[in-house]
Amino acid sequence: MSKRMLMQGNEACVRGALKAGMRFFAGYPITPSTEIAEGCAYELPRVGGKFIQMEDELASMAAVIGASVAGTKSMTATSGPGFSLKQENIGFAAQTEIPCVIVDVQRAGPSTGLPTSSSQGDVMQSRWGTHGDHPIIVLSPSSVTETYYLTIRAFNLSEKYMTPVIFLMDELIGHLRETVELDDEVEIIDRKQPQGPKGDYEAYQETEDLVPVLPVFGSGYYYNITGLTHNTAGFPTNNRLIADKLHSRLMQKIEKHRKDIEDYEEHLTADAEVLLVAYGGSARVARAAIEELRGKGVKAGLYRPISIWPMPEERLRQLSERIKKILVIEHNYGQYVHEVERVVHEDAEVSFIGRVSGAEIQPAEVVEKVEAM
Amino acid sequence: MSRVKKLRIDASWCKGCGICVAFCPRNVLKLENDRITVADEENCIKCGLCELRCPDYAIWLEESEDE
Amino acid sequence: MPSKLIEREMRIANLPHIWCPGCSHGTIMRGLAQAIENCGLKREDTIIVSGIGCSGRAVGYMDFDTIHTTHGRALAFATGIKMAEPRLHVIVLTGDGDISAIGGNHLIHACRRNIDITCIVLNNNIYGMTGGQYSPTTPTGDYATTAPYGNIDRDFDIPLLARAAGATFSARATAYGVNEAISIMEKAIRHKGFSLVEVVSVCPSYYGRKNRKGDAVRMLQWQKENSVPYAAVGKMNEEDIKGKIITGIFNDDDFPEYTEEYQKIIDRVRVK
Repeated sequence: MSKRMLMQGNEACVRGALKAGMRFFAGYPITPSTEIAEGCAYELPRVGGKFIQMEDELASMAAVIGASVAGTKSMTATSGPGFSLKQENIGFAAQTEIPCVIVDVQRAGPSTGLPTSSSQGDVMQSRWGTHGDHPIIVLSPSSVTETYYLTIRAFNLSEKYMTPVIFLMDELIGHLRETVELDDEVEIIDRKQPQGPKGDYEAYQETEDLVPVLPVFGSGYYYNITGLTHNTAGFPTNNRLIADKLHSRLMQKIEKHRKDIEDYEEHLTADAEVLLVAYGGSARVARAAIEELRGKGVKAGLYRPISIWPMPEERLRQLSERIKKILVIEHNYGQYVHEVERVVHEDAEVSFIGRVSGAEIQPAEVVEKVEAM
Repeated sequence: MSRVKKLRIDASWCKGCGICVAFCPRNVLKLENDRITVADEENCIKCGLCELRCPDYAIWLEESEDE
Repeated sequence: MPSKLIEREMRIANLPHIWCPGCSHGTIMRGLAQAIENCGLKREDTIIVSGIGCSGRAVGYMDFDTIHTTHGRALAFATGIKMAEPRLHVIVLTGDGDISAIGGNHLIHACRRNIDITCIVLNNNIYGMTGGQYSPTTPTGDYATTAPYGNIDRDFDIPLLARAAGATFSARATAYGVNEAISIMEKAIRHKGFSLVEVVSVCPSYYGRKNRKGDAVRMLQWQKENSVPYAAVGKMNEEDIKGKIITGIFNDDDFPEYTEEYQKIIDRVRVK
């Protein structure tokens, strides 16, 4: 265990990334994620890694993919406006199956919005921000300690499934300082590399687990990566059968491994009569409300998705078969709540409490809402 | 044993653009139903301009041992 | 069974390529392969990056580690590759629209950083892949599907733009002057720092047809008659240069290279 330290969420993200083996960061200054770029600028050369401040967020996303293609674990960090700029290249990474981590420290939007205020308004963008059907994994931490471990998991999942992973923080977590004790003994996963003859190795050949084994550039395999729909050799094709196979495989690559990817936390749900559903920063509000409610004899519990996408549906569905009153808490106008409504038992009554002012929802407001349900 | 260069053509890759025909200094080449053919091989001075300019790699000089 | 050079450098199974009859992209791509061979680059360490457009398709034919990126962003992808692994020779193959319209911001910053990347711009003065729209290098007054009444835009001098932004090697060649293009590309690849070579390509299908410039042969002939070597420009008056293609190497300077400067930081601060 490392010694006890007071640490900011953004800094914990940098430490987790370094621990995961991240050795390339490309980014652009944007509140409230700039501390991540600053941390990487300072730490990376000290461990032989590379930091570059690109001309914009879009270029940063491109550089991250380039570095990853050259075999280096890579990351970028941004907030809403930059996240929007990165979307096309995030789609490129999804289509070409290049591992990388994109941190979005959410601030109140839309547009320039409230740069220093927290929000969870990018949750749907993190799933559907880029055009077309594409695989994506999105994780969201709700404490500084969890930010460290979950950043490591983000890299492990990106390397394991050869996919971009969005690390969805809210400003509330990014700028939060907490006492932490960070463990150094953690599992690190690196992407598989091909063995065997280099000759006409097909980089995107069908594999049992649907995950391609892409050689690192510069290792003598001479293959092609293209954002165009491509065949198993990696070359452009308009063939409908091949296109269907590729696009279906890309989607199934995540579906097939849901069990391994999905991640959630339950708190006091065993005897709960009211279920709060909240992720990231709003889960902290839920916890405080539950404590207050329990004090008043109201049996409330929390279901907290940690992997936002793919959504951990099964357990939520099970809980909703028993717990008929569900309250979704989000710092937005209501986005993830619609997924909850889709998933829960038809008899369950889903209520919602949201906020778009930039101010955090207060536990007392949640208590009041639950008591009125 | 001297090395001999011989004009080679793969008409299946030719798109009939006529660049080689126009820029050959010796009028060695011509298009026949939009494909490259050799019209007068004796005149060929093996300068390689056709190979240099062909956008489709349908004509080139091949070095080979003198038969 | 193609020529030895094509067999060594290209992905034969993917040929013939998709470019139109007479388009000189194929000629220049062969020229680049020749330049790479002349430099003796280790194939394993040579990465070719392209953007979107007719030029973008070139990487699919060249037998290297190749990546066909998003429109305008090839230089940003290439910067990531080069920064992560400076041992790699990174060559970007792009077009006039890809590099100087949507990619303009990345061009000026790659030049400013002087990162060791060679950028070959196949300038056919038009957006060919999308069917003939005007680009930032379409001459004023010329026609295109999106300039049906004549283009009122002024056009970029890409090598000059690159040099102004900090590129330490900038040059131009023409498709007609293939041998000069090959020797300039070779020098650009050998150059340490950011090097940009514009090769004026001919597009008979769209630019040629829309502006009645004739077929590939006539367009190449026009290049021959309207090219002026940079060395001669000093001795010519304004009128004689107007509308001409100035070819040659405009600058070849020595300046600290970006990844080497960063390595110095690592060597200085690295915790042993």
